[in-house]
Amino acid sequence: MALYSEKVMDHFKNPRNVGVIEDADGVGEVGNAKCGDIMKIYIKVKDGIVTDAKFETFGCGSAIASSSMATEMIKGHPLTEALSLTNKAVVEALDGLPAHKIHCSVLAEEAIKSAILDYYTRNNLPYDESVFKKIGCAHEHDGE
Amino acid sequence: MNVYADNAATAKMRPAALRTYAETAEKYFGNPSSLHSDGQRAAEELSRCRAKTAELLGCSPREIIFTSGGSEADNQAIVAAAIAGEKKGKKHIVSTAFEHHAVLHVLDRLKERGFEITLLPVGERGIVRAEQVRNAVRDDTCLVTVMFANNEIGTIQPVAEIGAVCREKKIPFHTDAVQAVGHVPVDVNALNADMLSLSAHKFGGPRGVGALVSKLPVRPLIEGGAQERGRRAGTENLPAIVAMTTALELSVAEMTEADAKIRAMRDKLIAGLKAVPHCALNGDEKSRLSGNVSFCFEGIEGESLLLLLDEAGIRASSGSACTSGSLDPSHVLLAIGRPHEVAHGSLRLTLSADNTQEEIDYMLKEIPRVVQYLRDMSPVWRDLQSGKRNYVL
Repeated sequence: MALYSEKVMDHFKNPRNVGVIEDADGVGEVGNAKCGDIMKIYIKVKDGIVTDAKFETFGCGSAIASSSMATEMIKGHPLTEALSLTNKAVVEALDGLPAHKIHCSVLAEEAIKSAILDYYTRNNLPYDESVFKKIGCAHEHDGE
Repeated sequence: MNVYADNAATAKMRPAALRTYAETAEKYFGNPSSLHSDGQRAAEELSRCRAKTAELLGCSPREIIFTSGGSEADNQAIVAAAIAGEKKGKKHIVSTAFEHHAVLHVLDRLKERGFEITLLPVGERGIVRAEQVRNAVRDDTCLVTVMFANNEIGTIQPVAEIGAVCREKKIPFHTDAVQAVGHVPVDVNALNADMLSLSAHKFGGPRGVGALVSKLPVRPLIEGGAQERGRRAGTENLPAIVAMTTALELSVAEMTEADAKIRAMRDKLIAGLKAVPHCALNGDEKSRLSGNVSFCFEGIEGESLLLLLDEAGIRASSGSACTSGSLDPSHVLLAIGRPHEVAHGSLRLTLSADNTQEEIDYMLKEIPRVVQYLRDMSPVWRDLQSGKRNYVL
């Protein structure tokens, strides 16, 4: 069996929504260059709907594929739905990820949440803090 | 175009080696331990290979122990030296920070059992100096193990000088020569080595076979029958041993010519890739295997680079964390001082005499294109370009 599903390879080789939204309403960046992945997601919001989403990713094939799939899954959907997108849903939509790549889907979920949090903060909107659990690199590194 | 540039992982089997493999499996099917004539014919063939291999490595036939490959040879050499040392109350081992895991992980196990391990730093050039070894050895040092050439960055170590220090201090010296045998002249005596590991599939032999050359008595890792003079039990993998011998003979015979060709291609590849902005060659440029090209490209991650190069027909490897299944990038790149974020963007291309000028030109066209494509979608690259983050390379 190949390392990645056909879906992952498709989203990796032909990523959807790559790029920057210059006048984004919310921007979220998660990950750490030291860990080898950084995801940055830009969203446009109108009337509570995510009208556009773009991403930039530094990372492996599954990180790029997860960003691509996650942006596809929130584009055109209400913010509330985008906020409830789980990494599990991203993994399922990609027809699975290898066990040691699951963290890529977690980053995608966190990047979206982070972009939405940015949108709420910029607009002084009330939000439920418990939805935004701590985002960041949780693992230890050798030699540090 | 398909370009195989991962010869340090596994080189394609030489056709002649493949032929002798099949012929041996068919013709010498007997067990070399059997007394009957079919067994004895196999035993003679085994002994021919042992003599030939010894001749090519400058050692004696009885010093050769055929193994399942380089990892087994490394394990056996280190474990044997550790056990012998322990009996004399010597539990200190000197090695380097960028050895292969077949060495480092054995040393980790020994550490758990009370051994003290000194891993010498290798500097940014990726070369350890004999002087460092001299300063590190002690009265209780039972082994010095230093690789001949590094598998990721190809840097060649001053093995003969290190061996001379060990000889003077009367400390057993092992060298993991897996990347060197068949590519550079290897003479066990001239290297002052007591033990040396090699692996067939790095020079056109089959996978699953290698050898430990040992001038010292070594105890078996695998217990059982009395094969290999009681140093490695198990019926000998004769077809593989014959094929390895054929591959080694040819590699040695063609070495000078192949080396010149490979070196010229490598130099062109290195010069061409250096033109990519914000990248750097890993390891010393001169003291390196003629087929090794190892670069770090800032702002991108190695696994995505490998996958896209594979799409373009280029088979390469990387020391990025994502390609190893671990969270940290290659210990080799960290050992030469590459920061984590840069080490993630590594690419290793290892050439053989089968590569062509056209392939080099193709790689020089495709690699910069793919690097740029990935940089264009990288937030790290954007931050580097905007000055928000400082370039390392």
